[in-house]
Amino acid sequence: MNTRAASAKGVTLSRASIIQASFNMSKLLLKPAVFILCLVPFFMAVAGVMTNKFVDPVEALLLISGEWGLRMLLITLCVTPIQFIFKWATVAKLRRMLGLFAFFYTTVHLAVWVVLDQGLDLGDALSAIVENMFITVGIIAWIGLLFLALTSNRFAVRKLGSRWKSLHNWIYLLVLLALVHFIWQVRASELLEPSIYLGAFALLLIWRFFRMIKR
Amino acid sequence: MAKKIRSSEITPESVFRQRRVILQAAGLGLGAAGTGIMMPEQLHAAAPEFKDLAQWPGSTDETRTTFEQATTYNNFYELGTDKGDPKKNADKLATTPWTVEVGGECEKGGNYALEDILKPHTFEERIYRLRCVEAWSMVIPWVGFPLADLLKRFEPNSKAKYVQFETIYDPDKLPGQKYPILQWPYAEGLRIDEAMHPLTLMAVGLYGKELPAQNGAPLRLVVPWKYGFKSIKSIVAINFVEEEPATSWNKSAPREYGFYSNVNPQVSHPRWSQAKERRLDSDSSGFSALFSEKRETEMFNGYADEVASLYEGMDLKKSF
Repeated sequence: MNTRAASAKGVTLSRASIIQASFNMSKLLLKPAVFILCLVPFFMAVAGVMTNKFVDPVEALLLISGEWGLRMLLITLCVTPIQFIFKWATVAKLRRMLGLFAFFYTTVHLAVWVVLDQGLDLGDALSAIVENMFITVGIIAWIGLLFLALTSNRFAVRKLGSRWKSLHNWIYLLVLLALVHFIWQVRASELLEPSIYLGAFALLLIWRFFRMIKR
Repeated sequence: MAKKIRSSEITPESVFRQRRVILQAAGLGLGAAGTGIMMPEQLHAAAPEFKDLAQWPGSTDETRTTFEQATTYNNFYELGTDKGDPKKNADKLATTPWTVEVGGECEKGGNYALEDILKPHTFEERIYRLRCVEAWSMVIPWVGFPLADLLKRFEPNSKAKYVQFETIYDPDKLPGQKYPILQWPYAEGLRIDEAMHPLTLMAVGLYGKELPAQNGAPLRLVVPWKYGFKSIKSIVAINFVEEEPATSWNKSAPREYGFYSNVNPQVSHPRWSQAKERRLDSDSSGFSALFSEKRETEMFNGYADEVASLYEGMDLKKSF
């Protein structure tokens, strides 16, 4: 009798621990999985260049990196709403990584433009930044993101204390600038993609506005 | 043309039966008359070829753009706004039968079947530079004949100061025309002396083959000293008019795209510089294209000697 009870107890314990372990495992794997997922567009673009898929690879890389920079920014802004709407606390752990991926893609975008499009002719690049307003706006947005990326580490969070939050609230303005930069260069009335991004941004703002007045 | 004919290049009978009328009318033979069984995908690959084309002596000897580059990287919004879309949607443009409506200030207006448009003309090959307003450029061997030779047949009168052209309007089939990306149908125009200039080409082919849909089949303009969008594709209407006609890009953004739209490195597009261009050619395909340096854009795309006199006394910054 005793041994049977003991063994039954042992089974339940191990079942619980298996569930617990697999739960921990999925928590553990979430970050690396999202990390790899976020790199897919980058490696697909590189593969596209290697396999001669693009007639104008410079233009293709500019477009892909710019689009993914903007998408990653919007995805980063989705973290808090997802956390609250789906009561999924773990997702908050992805915020910094997603934000850094947004910075990664916008930096690739800027680097492709300066190195490949402008051929590292800094004089040309500078006059383009000054003369073309959509590029000016893009550069301002990137500089802002650079500051946020530099202050995204734990040390900066601790050091800045309560100022950290107000500094990183600038992200909304920077995303708006990135959207302006994107929409400004659209040709003709090609409005589908811009309106999707604008719509998503508006929804995110509305959600945050209501959350603010509820408090 | 003396090279060995691969089976993939042989024209299926169904296609050549449709096309032979055009080619015979133009006094040309088929590159390959087909017999035998063809796989469906080969139908696309087998564009009828022009034989024994005369070479125009003014052709540029710069490195050419490849056929692949010129037919997979296109701005033809009727078939989609991504550069690769026009090729993917090429089958949505039906080119047989094809009629061109000629009207306005001329004696011999009316509806002309494509065969009748082409019949009296001898085609030649001309290699031109093509400069897109988006700051890239190509070198393309076109097949065609001077537009002037065609326009003269319609006997324009003294009120014909401009010529207006229209692209096919078929929103049921052409995916881009379902959305108001531009005002449809696409319209372009030239001053009559520009239209009559010996460089202005009415094209029916490229690389010795009939025009693929994505390049403006079956009939398109090539105006080499103007930005590419002036070279209107898939023409169904030609009108002689007294006043400067409205053009699609000018209506869409008048500050950005003028009626003349001559290639001019000194006049920037409001959103980007026109001083340099990226050449897309066989030297700059694949990985090496990443590091190909942009080249200086030339006034009138390098055709200043031929066309600058058309604009004497004009302020090209105002009439951009």
